[in-house]
Amino acid sequence: MSERYTAQELMVAAAAREIKDGELVFVGMRLPILAYGVAHHTHAPRARALYELGLMREQAPDAFLGTMGDPPNVVGALWATRMSNVMALMAQGEVDLGFIGGAEVDRFGNLNTSYIGDPSRPRTKLPGSGGGADIAILSRRWVTLMRHEPRRLVERVSYVTSPGYGDGPDWRRRHGLPGGGPAAIVTTLGVLRFPEGGGEAYLATIHPGHSLEEVRGATGWDLTVADDLGPTPEPTDEELAWIRRLDPDGFWTRADR
Amino acid sequence: MTGGKVMTMAEAISRLVPDGASVAMGTCLEPAIPFAAGHELIRQRRRDLTLIGPISDGLFDQLIGAGCVARIRAAWVGNVSEGLGHCYRRATERGEPRQIEVCDYSNFAVSLALWAAAWNAPYLPTRTLLGSDILKTNPDLEVVDGAVRVRPLRPDVAIVHVQRSDPEGRAHLWGPLGVTEEAGLAARRIIVCCEELVEPEVVLSDPNRILFPDTKVAAVVHEPGGTHPSPLQGHWRRDHGAYREYARRSRTAEGYREWLEEWVLGVPDRRAYLERVDRERLRVRERRLAAPVDYGDE
Repeated sequence: MSERYTAQELMVAAAAREIKDGELVFVGMRLPILAYGVAHHTHAPRARALYELGLMREQAPDAFLGTMGDPPNVVGALWATRMSNVMALMAQGEVDLGFIGGAEVDRFGNLNTSYIGDPSRPRTKLPGSGGGADIAILSRRWVTLMRHEPRRLVERVSYVTSPGYGDGPDWRRRHGLPGGGPAAIVTTLGVLRFPEGGGEAYLATIHPGHSLEEVRGATGWDLTVADDLGPTPEPTDEELAWIRRLDPDGFWTRADR
Repeated sequence: MTGGKVMTMAEAISRLVPDGASVAMGTCLEPAIPFAAGHELIRQRRRDLTLIGPISDGLFDQLIGAGCVARIRAAWVGNVSEGLGHCYRRATERGEPRQIEVCDYSNFAVSLALWAAAWNAPYLPTRTLLGSDILKTNPDLEVVDGAVRVRPLRPDVAIVHVQRSDPEGRAHLWGPLGVTEEAGLAARRIIVCCEELVEPEVVLSDPNRILFPDTKVAAVVHEPGGTHPSPLQGHWRRDHGAYREYARRSRTAEGYREWLEEWVLGVPDRRAYLERVDRERLRVRERRLAAPVDYGDE
């Protein structure tokens, strides 16, 4: 762990780099809101954002946002509308990248944000899909962020809220899912990616200060590792400056939430 | 200004939301949540409600903890900036304070189910939810010929909070609308809570901005500050600290009951509630007026 930045700051910078300039991004809750802001102010000034409550923007507000519905996110919007209208764009395949918060993910990128244990009497009740399942099924590709723990990165999720690659590369096509599927899992220890055409997640980079042994120990399956495994690039000074400007009290990036 | 529909929150809830009703709330998602109406439901000890919404940022959790709820038909129940809904967890995991039934949706599916009811359609077909286990825990979703059929969801009442309305319930709302229009059109009737109660000329000057037909609106409640701690464009910022405090205190059932006594049961109405809130810190001061539009006709 670096003195220069927190684990969350590294995750935000890594998530921001998933956004390419000019893309239409379906921004979820929490850290991705910050990631879009950082991307917009650094390498992706022309990336546009869609928010499921009914907003489109072409620039991130220069303000702290606790939720996508905070008033500064409406000022300067390109479109304030109803949810079904932004979902329409995603259903047409217009969304290049979506972000989904995760509680539990498996080797094929299936996400569970609903129930741990039997749904009729769950051991843990998680909040549910929100727009997560819609993003997972309809966007061209998506990324999820979560803490890297064996109870979160599991061999097989017990409930698929937001489908990844099901049980293998061909699963999405067989079930008629229109979108492309997961592209990356950004965790507190590294970044996992998926092979072209889908399939099983592999470790692509490890965050500075962590070891392969540590990542393997915190993963609930026998993790495949990229041939060219390297370190996750550290956040640049510019990225850190934007993260701290958009999150001045460390609401997202210095507190454990 | 008088109108047969204008009444207090206590009257509106008492007349229009009986035990066992299905109620849509939080239809704008994070902003404009009608917390004042939810708290009045708790004070009047309403029971066996079905709550309908896309996500619920705090309010559904509070109603579940107070024992008002039998069923949830929603995409997400929790606390957006803080995480899990602790009362929701206690109810689903341990049946405390009572057992509730959960019917899972995604946000898009909630919208489609409300549109299906609004259009009086038997179902709406969609590709969303293909491959999701939500299909297994919601009997109102069915896969036929490679598409998901979303059956209609008709609330008995939709409760919304808007920036302004006239006494007949011609409501103007601006900012993101979420599923507000389809919830209102689908519902048997609507309770409009408003920040400002205005003359009909004001809202009729801009009929494009009117949300629903006034024939659906059964009650108009002038309730300034009724969305706290959620924001309302042009009026109130989000009170992040209040969400954090609720998350911290509701972690235990005892902490939740103390919170409930302090903020809901121990206050008679919204006016008294707001006296405990640092309103000046939350009030939006900067004005950003839209350009007027010209409806000239000759």
